[in-house]
Amino acid sequence: MMPLRKDTAMKRQPTHIFEKDISNCGLTGFISKKGKRVEGQVIIKSISLMHDRGNGLGGGFGAYGIYPEYPDFYAFHMMYENGMAQQLTEEYLEANFHIEQQEEIPTRRTKAIVNPPAFKRYFAKPMETDEYKEAVDYQGMTEEDMIVRHVMAINHEIEGAFVVSSGKNMGAFKGVGFPEEIADFFRLEEYSGHIWTAHNRFPTNTPGWWGGAHPFTLLDWSIVHNGEISSYGINKRYLEMYGYLCTMLTDTEVVAYMLDLLIRKHGLTPDLACTALAPPFWSLIDQMPDNERELCTALRQVYGSALLNGPFAILFASNQGLIGLNDRVKLRPLVCAEYEDFVYMASEESAIREICPNPSRIWSPRGGEPVIAMMEGTA
Amino acid sequence: MKIDAQGLYYRDLNLQIREAVAAGADKIDLDNVNGQYFIGDGINKPVTITINGVPGNDLAAFMNGAVVVVNENAQDNIGNTMNAGKVIVHGHAGDVLGYGMRGGRIHIRKDVGYRVGIHMKSYQENKPVLIAGGKAGDFFGEYMAGGVLILLGMFTDDPAKAKHGYLFGTGMHGGVIYVRGGVDESRLAKEVGVFELDENDRKELEVYLKDYCLDLDLDLEEVLKEPFVKVLPRSKRPYGNMYCTMPK
Repeated sequence: MMPLRKDTAMKRQPTHIFEKDISNCGLTGFISKKGKRVEGQVIIKSISLMHDRGNGLGGGFGAYGIYPEYPDFYAFHMMYENGMAQQLTEEYLEANFHIEQQEEIPTRRTKAIVNPPAFKRYFAKPMETDEYKEAVDYQGMTEEDMIVRHVMAINHEIEGAFVVSSGKNMGAFKGVGFPEEIADFFRLEEYSGHIWTAHNRFPTNTPGWWGGAHPFTLLDWSIVHNGEISSYGINKRYLEMYGYLCTMLTDTEVVAYMLDLLIRKHGLTPDLACTALAPPFWSLIDQMPDNERELCTALRQVYGSALLNGPFAILFASNQGLIGLNDRVKLRPLVCAEYEDFVYMASEESAIREICPNPSRIWSPRGGEPVIAMMEGTA
Repeated sequence: MKIDAQGLYYRDLNLQIREAVAAGADKIDLDNVNGQYFIGDGINKPVTITINGVPGNDLAAFMNGAVVVVNENAQDNIGNTMNAGKVIVHGHAGDVLGYGMRGGRIHIRKDVGYRVGIHMKSYQENKPVLIAGGKAGDFFGEYMAGGVLILLGMFTDDPAKAKHGYLFGTGMHGGVIYVRGGVDESRLAKEVGVFELDENDRKELEVYLKDYCLDLDLDLEEVLKEPFVKVLPRSKRPYGNMYCTMPK
């Protein structure tokens, strides 16, 4: 809010801002299934078209294939709110990782971005510490499990330090501002990737802060989301049983961890994981043929606490591909399109047409029906 | 007159349109439209606005007498609380079309999304008509209180998809829905029933479809080849007893 001038300070302020537009989050993303790398300018153009779906309190991007020079290293994008957070995190990383390369994430000083935290990235591999050997050799944990454990530890235990992303050959760039401002700040036009997602935030229930911008990530999972997860409490408690700690103050975080649990840990296919998140209603399940009914019944019974209630459209990406999903009754928009080996997904058709004027196919998926676009050569 | 909307912010575009309408334009062509919101909103003069490109959400809301022609696909929320006039879309359209629409026509050539015709209503001579030539998502005619919804299922980009979604007519308590080639009764909401058309229905339907075919350059005979069914609400007050029994 603008500071009041002294001579108007006593005047009654209007109770409504009549100029205010109706807004809501916006998301967009695309994948080249053949792995063609596309420069950041393209996704910026797409999300900028939906400028008015956000309110300047959060913008962010997920980018895959941007670090081909470090394909085997976990790329930790770190956000630090103070020097102590950085010092403690670096001590922690050095104790647990071999760090091949570390550097500030290049940023550009701009008028639009006020008081940004510090950003650094580390390309790292876990070291075979005693703790690592104990966990891997005797507790049946994998390297990825160890990364998850470290991410949770940093986010939870180091005040003012947040892991923005932690996957290989990918990164998340996010903060408080409109997405085009965040892109400018992070010099996103300098990156090229084969999967891009973007988000324009209009926070409704939770604070607009740097860590609360989308995407939310874990390993190479990244989620952008429009809507609200009203089952957050149930989902969060369920995830806590498996060691996932929610620290970002925002509902979307649970989706990232849930997909990690369902797909990476429990081995569900992306399709089945989506069915667990947005399963058919019981009334529909009752009408299904026997084998489908048994499958859906089992999924709902086992994963009742993974069900996402409330309106949502989400895009989730990994090095394997890009997936779009709506809630079961489609309370948020999602449009998809195809052109050659590219698949596009966005809140509005115009955001796709802005970067792909003549797609060979454009359609709106049904509520609860995932749109799955995997890289060629992966399952 | 022509307006080049390339890269134009929606407010600037709509200001130009309103100024042109106020100056007495009867035809406005908009080129290179992509995603600009609120086009044609609240316009109460009989002007024809032709849109080349994909218009943004909330097209023709509160519109009162204008004609909007979209030569491409359109997005969500067309004709919110529209009073009179017409919207013609030559491609597909999104969710929540004709929300609370009170008069006029919406003619969509291809598929439509979820919640189409939600809470349409009519009063005396004001009777809105919304026709979709393709397939529809769930909640078609949700809470419909009046007016006419017509679904053809003919012109679709997705031949594998069912003609209409689930929960068809949820909460419907007024108006009528006509569907070409019948409905999937397992997908109907419990508030509605299926009926055969009588002679008056057929006459009325033909008038609407003739206008639709004229606008979209379609063959009326082809459209009328398959029989239609009529979906009507079982009650004018489906939720009257939801929380407690209504006094007699």
